[in-house]
Amino acid sequence: MKIGVFICHCGSNIAATVDVLKVVESAKSMPEVVYAVNSMYTCSEPGQQAIEEAIKERGLTGVVVASCTPRMHEPTFRRTVERAGLNRYMFEMANIREHVSWVGKDKAANTAKAVDLVRMAVEKLRLDKVLIPKFIPATRKVLVIGGGVAGIQAALDCAEGGMDVVMVESEPSIGGKMSKLDKTFPTVDCSSCVLGPRMVDVAQNERIELHAYSEIASISGYVGNFDVTIRKKATYVDWDKCTGCGLCTEKCPSKKSYDRFNEGMGETTAINIPFPQAIPKKATITAASCRLLSGGKCGVCAKICTSQAVDYTQKDREITVKVGAVVAATGYDLMDWTVYGEYGAGRYPDVITSLQYERLLSASGPTGGHIRRPSDGREPKEVVFIQCVGSRDPSVGRPYCSGFCCMYTAKQAILTKDHIPDSRSYVFYMDIRSPGKGYDEFTRRAQEEYKAQYIRGRVSTVYPKGDKLVVKGVDTLVGEQVELEADLVVLAVGGEASQNAPKLAEKLRISYDGYGFFMEGHPKLKPVETNTAGVYLAGSCQGLKDIPSSVAQGSAAAAKVLGLLSKDKLESDPQTAGVDVKRCVGCRKCINVCPFGAIREVDMRGQIKAEVIEAVCQGCGLCTATCPQGAVQLSHFTDNQVLAEVEALCQS
Amino acid sequence: MTTGKTFAYYPGCSGSGTSVEYDKSSRAVCEALGIRLVDLPDWNCCGSTPAHQVDHVLSAALSARNLAQAETLGLCETLTPCPSCLKNLHNAVEHLREPGFGARVNALVERPLTREHSVKSVLQIIYEDVTPEKVAEKVTRTLNGLKLVPYYGCLMNRPGRSMHFDDEENPQALDKLMRALGAEVLPFPLKQECCGGAMGVPDNRITSRLSGRLLEYAVSLGADAFVVACPLCQMNLDMRQAQAGDYYGRGFNLPVFYYTQLMGIALGLDKTRLGLDKLIVKPAAALAKIGRKAKEEAPAASGAGRTAEAEVEA
Repeated sequence: MKIGVFICHCGSNIAATVDVLKVVESAKSMPEVVYAVNSMYTCSEPGQQAIEEAIKERGLTGVVVASCTPRMHEPTFRRTVERAGLNRYMFEMANIREHVSWVGKDKAANTAKAVDLVRMAVEKLRLDKVLIPKFIPATRKVLVIGGGVAGIQAALDCAEGGMDVVMVESEPSIGGKMSKLDKTFPTVDCSSCVLGPRMVDVAQNERIELHAYSEIASISGYVGNFDVTIRKKATYVDWDKCTGCGLCTEKCPSKKSYDRFNEGMGETTAINIPFPQAIPKKATITAASCRLLSGGKCGVCAKICTSQAVDYTQKDREITVKVGAVVAATGYDLMDWTVYGEYGAGRYPDVITSLQYERLLSASGPTGGHIRRPSDGREPKEVVFIQCVGSRDPSVGRPYCSGFCCMYTAKQAILTKDHIPDSRSYVFYMDIRSPGKGYDEFTRRAQEEYKAQYIRGRVSTVYPKGDKLVVKGVDTLVGEQVELEADLVVLAVGGEASQNAPKLAEKLRISYDGYGFFMEGHPKLKPVETNTAGVYLAGSCQGLKDIPSSVAQGSAAAAKVLGLLSKDKLESDPQTAGVDVKRCVGCRKCINVCPFGAIREVDMRGQIKAEVIEAVCQGCGLCTATCPQGAVQLSHFTDNQVLAEVEALCQS
Repeated sequence: MTTGKTFAYYPGCSGSGTSVEYDKSSRAVCEALGIRLVDLPDWNCCGSTPAHQVDHVLSAALSARNLAQAETLGLCETLTPCPSCLKNLHNAVEHLREPGFGARVNALVERPLTREHSVKSVLQIIYEDVTPEKVAEKVTRTLNGLKLVPYYGCLMNRPGRSMHFDDEENPQALDKLMRALGAEVLPFPLKQECCGGAMGVPDNRITSRLSGRLLEYAVSLGADAFVVACPLCQMNLDMRQAQAGDYYGRGFNLPVFYYTQLMGIALGLDKTRLGLDKLIVKPAAALAKIGRKAKEEAPAASGAGRTAEAEVEA
């Protein structure tokens, strides 16, 4: 083998604390190294050119680049060596930036460590083998999980690109959080007028197959070939027959059911259609509130239904679909604000959440768009908004900023003035975070034009006094305590990952962070990808975001899906595990540890053996480390290669 | 139930001064509930607020010495009726776990601590170990007809991470204990708001304003009396009630009981052990409500409906 070594200065990132020339000199004497040189920016065009030329002119058969993390530029340099005619796996990288120059100040020690890392890379490269990717067929169909605005966007864009879409929504209607909003910032345009037609598009698009009131039971398979089982929850109404006329909801005698869509601001019937623009517009029975289903006598809805759609015997049922890619767009939940005893922990009816307030503002809400206090139905004149409830608060385990509350609070203050011109709004805030297009202007309008009084400080307590609520807080700009008597207190409750997010992540085999938000492939460069091939993210399931960002991610995820499935066959990464059947004793340990379900059991002439499904294997190496026999080897990271690295390190 | 269990008892300075009736009634109630109290020998001041404002080591050393006195009794569980003493004891126990801090404290005290200590208020032991249900079983004279506002003060439950007692924002111990005695407990959202603390010494307008607000709210709820668990709160609400009345340009006449006094009455204890005569705002009228139905209450003059309890105090 003829190895070339390229040591990068990375400007002064590496060169400031590593003697690059010394590393070059040391590399020259390493086994099979025929060429070593330094480079100012190896990743730049001249830098890559130099590698290509060296390969051609000096007949190099393997290349080591000592620079930054392989997470950054390994794909870059693999393409470089491939352009010069080498197999892309005849390349190794030594990370002398993140692992050396950025973390240590002692130049001599750094230089010695850089030399060690280069030597290890050379030793590994000496055992590298040419690997050829395989091609696997792909199903040109995508599963979109979640029918909020992000999922809707992803589904419509995929359909627009000619892709078949299966959309799964857990609620009886699509629309998500956005369908509950009255108006949207910073344009104050009607939320349902913006979203409604998109929801109708989903229903009418021939390429989109919608499963509402359904959830993902299981997912197996791999990129291009996922097998999905969808559980369709019992609605007790045959949706093929239901016309959405709503007669049953008028006649249902059980009228005290919790109204999920209206966030408990009103009550609904046991059989109901969540809201007028619901898609699909079909009735669903809430079993717990239904007199007949909870053991009593009734059956009114079945009698009244002109299309005989009510079916009290309906059970959950499961269907299976095959898709090539998955977009997770499962959104978020509101944080349970009742942990805040200082705001009454839910004891006072006139302390409500921002989303409940949206329902009071909405013309299709329980008050017909008139703001009425839940306690006595009176119109409030003094409204206090408290921001950062469950955001930026480590004491309740929510240290992050939810990102959208500053904006929707400004919007709600504006709408309050619109609805009740002689009202006054007060906003307790920590900082006003409005870094979007037209956003800061909007929060200023709330203050200057709509006279919302912004008070920088926290609220220590809210308590009832007569029919008012006393709000005690601090104005940190004046340095004084403030006390306001409010008719209504609206808490700008932050968001959190939806409750079922971790469970779904495990089914999708994607990572999630400590809060339950799904992890993107790279915080900057792979915002909608995950580390599992073929699974993409859109909207707040990845991290809280407002409507424009959610829509942007929906489109981005759709673009990724269309790109992935634009070919009939997908290239698979050949860095996978393989089983040496002669050594395998069939202990199943590898099957148990594999997080991707990529190893199966096969019968070979009466003996149990492990077999790797190459297309599923993500090359994590857990099986290799677990196998007591050394029977499972990961290509490009064989035991011998790792040992060679260790030996190189020990020799120095 | 902790019947027969023995605790070191730290009365604190108010217990032997401004709140002797709290000390007396706490001892009487504990005895009746089978909680054995052994006084700390030669106890010293907890340092109150001034000590920890000046020096945390000094503050911890003062409390550490008291805990060391408990060790001389072979005890490591200490009770005090006073929330301020309790907070200092909690702080000391907490700080002593910090590396290096213990050595600085031990350098100041003659007897270093050798054991891990637990400190609780008398209220906490009655609420958590005896429980309101068991207390209810021992009631011989129900407090039916008495409308109470429970006032916990700022310190009894806060900060939650060091006090480890009840709900930090909406405590229930007094509410539930008083209900167990048969009293009607009114929802009092200011149950932890500041009474003014020690600010009455430099400027009584502050205590008047803050305590007066509590009194106003209690009156607006139709309360017959306050029930409290802190000597300083009691003093501000009771002794300074006239000052608060002047500040708000109105008169208040709301007795302020220690919860142990009301427990004593309900458990049928000897009145002389409850120190009801020490209260500045005389409790006779409030106590006269006991046993009366709500309907009869309104027109009755003080003479006609006088009960045995009222006689004792008159």
